Amino acid sequence: MMTATIRLQREDFDAAAEAAKLTGGRTDIGAVVTFSGICRDHEGGHGVSAMTLEHYPGMAEEEITRHVAEAEARWPLQGVTVIHRFGRMTPGDNIVLVVTVSAHRQAAFEAASFLMDYLKTQAPFWKLEERPDGKDWVAAKQSDDNAAARWVKS
Amino acid sequence: MKLLYFAWVRERIGKTDEEVAPPAAVGTVAELMTWLAGRGEEYAYAFENPKVIRAAIDRKHVQPGTSITGAREIAFFPPMTGG
Repeated sequence: MMTATIRLQREDFDAAAEAAKLTGGRTDIGAVVTFSGICRDHEGGHGVSAMTLEHYPGMAEEEITRHVAEAEARWPLQGVTVIHRFGRMTPGDNIVLVVTVSAHRQAAFEAASFLMDYLKTQAPFWKLEERPDGKDWVAAKQSDDNAAARWVKS
Repeated sequence: MKLLYFAWVRERIGKTDEEVAPPAAVGTVAELMTWLAGRGEEYAYAFENPKVIRAAIDRKHVQPGTSITGAREIAFFPPMTGG
């Protein structure tokens, strides 16, 4: 049985508690991958004192749901949880959580990596950084596009 | 149709959303951007480099050449930077 949980929220999350929800009471799971994306205090040589995540309500949920369904179709997963925060965050704060559980590690690792690469490039979120010289929108990175492109089936 | 703007597209235009009724000759996403750019300084600024702007119709990513016929909600935004 596959359990999928997708949440967009302003509040913080507890990665360990979310992982435990997927594994609790089950003995068929052999691998849990937990990825947390965290707000850091620097980017490309400048300091970052805070960032604000803007999103497109409705479409963000739909995009993530579509990619979770694709992950489920491509890897033998027993559960997936994706939580993406929005609003203002300061360094050290959680931004995004992906938890994947499977019988074996390869599926859990790959599905978590796939979901993060797609969240970076296809989910409608935008980061506004607060820097020493003012606020500016984060530019998309070619490296993130390249990372997402490796999952495209030829 | 309803238009939605996000991130710096929203900041440049100065509004989050609006209802518009473009003329029938405006048939694609790219043509809609050109039409919008002619509506005033703030729109011209937002759409000065339409190649970098992404669009979604009814919450699905689309290309510049996609038809806007029948669209209820069209969103314009910069490349995404989530995760």
